[in-house]
Amino acid sequence: MPAETVSPLTTYIAHLERGELAYQFSPSSNRAVFYPRLACPETGATDLEWRVSQGIGSVYATTVVHPQQGAPYNVALIDMDEGFRLMSRVEDVDPTTVAIGQRVRFRVHPAEGEEPPYPVFTPAEGA
Amino acid sequence: MTGPTRSGLTRGGAAIVGAAESDLGAVAALMSPIDLMAQGIVRALDDAGLTLRDVDGLFCATTQGRTSAMSLVEYLGLPNAYTDSTIVGGSSFEIHVAHAQAALEAGLCTVAVIAYGSTQRTIGRRAASAREYNPYETPFKPFLPASAYAMAASRHMHEFGTTREQLAEVAVAARDWALLNPAAWEKKPLTIEGVLNARKISDPFTVRDCCLVTDGGGAIVMTTPQRARSLRRKPVWVLGCGQSITHASISSMPDLTKTGAIESGRQAYAAAGVTAAEIDVLALYDAFTINTILFLEDLGFCPKGEGGRFVEGGRIGPKGDLAVNTNGGGLSYCHPGMYGLFLLIEAVRQVRGECGERQVADAETAIVHGNGGVLSAQATVVLGADATV
Repeated sequence: MPAETVSPLTTYIAHLERGELAYQFSPSSNRAVFYPRLACPETGATDLEWRVSQGIGSVYATTVVHPQQGAPYNVALIDMDEGFRLMSRVEDVDPTTVAIGQRVRFRVHPAEGEEPPYPVFTPAEGA
Repeated sequence: MTGPTRSGLTRGGAAIVGAAESDLGAVAALMSPIDLMAQGIVRALDDAGLTLRDVDGLFCATTQGRTSAMSLVEYLGLPNAYTDSTIVGGSSFEIHVAHAQAALEAGLCTVAVIAYGSTQRTIGRRAASAREYNPYETPFKPFLPASAYAMAASRHMHEFGTTREQLAEVAVAARDWALLNPAAWEKKPLTIEGVLNARKISDPFTVRDCCLVTDGGGAIVMTTPQRARSLRRKPVWVLGCGQSITHASISSMPDLTKTGAIESGRQAYAAAGVTAAEIDVLALYDAFTINTILFLEDLGFCPKGEGGRFVEGGRIGPKGDLAVNTNGGGLSYCHPGMYGLFLLIEAVRQVRGECGERQVADAETAIVHGNGGVLSAQATVVLGADATV
């Protein structure tokens, strides 16, 4: 078998650098797969297809972290409309107002130093 | 999705014959996790009426060593011991019970000890259990493990109307039990208001919804039925075991209100031939207040979604009608990071009838439910007194 030349995480980050939230679709199980992998969970199929999300989802679960120093901040699990879930945060609002079921829109938090870009969310009323 | 019944193990095919804590709370300076394992093993063997020379199976786990079985073999001088250091967080020890029973039944060993040690209070939680970097979670700075359980609580409150006060009931019940346990870390009463008004950690949790950060360790001794009957203590029989690992990271948990305890409990009950209604004592891994509610539901003590209402009015406290976490739990007795071994120790003592002020009358059956990671690794053991085999 030929060696993989690009890791799943590298492809994921490359999409984020282009402003895209990428996930995988597994034809063998007919479902979205996230986080990105080399093999589909349960079936083991290696024909996972990369897709780009429309960037719209709903808050599945939420918490506000109260650090001993610094301001409280949101951590949430987001269910994307394409059928995958990821950890992120909802920005631009008071973290205590983030609510389960709230519609949210993806944007890229840009790379900072050694840290690659990552996906964050903002409220998307009506989406 | 239904898993195996673990029917390869025999009901009552092994027994727990010794149990002991190591030093707990804040241990002496420069004590190591292996020191505490060894101390627990020596005490548990003494409880059983055995010595180290009888031991030919070592099962252990700690977050403070990558190769703890190797370290323990060296420390105890047991080069030919059968070893297993499966580590899946706090439920590792419930899984060790199943593995030790399998090893005993297969003749791989004849006297097995299961040991744990941690000095996380002394050296700091971060140093004791360094978190692996997860590129899909770490950037968001969840305060783990608390934030993961907090999000599960957020879902439970959203779906079932569980309230902040109901979560607090769990902490108050644990504290009321702890006040009856001389070995418990917490010594002062706690009220629902005291839980609600404590320092916020990760909404909806305050610090009183979260397990303690202590040092501690201990051991249990398991052996074959024949040998068990000849020893000092009444054997506590392993009636059934089960395990289910649904995820590692909270973002991969399929449903935050349904844990792998549904499956691990099903396996353990099936193997034991008992139902929740026949259980006298419950030891449920209460890393956070939501755990107890989830596990009461998932192990069949109340319907899904009813756990919050179920615990109201001190129902799982010393004056209630269901004996849950009689030692005071991870919330008020002791929590050195991987608490699962202490669940087994308390259940053994209850089934033996040794618990003094907190003893549950006529306790013959106990369910021990371990939780590891972030509601990730669920493992259940059903234990019983002589009358059950």
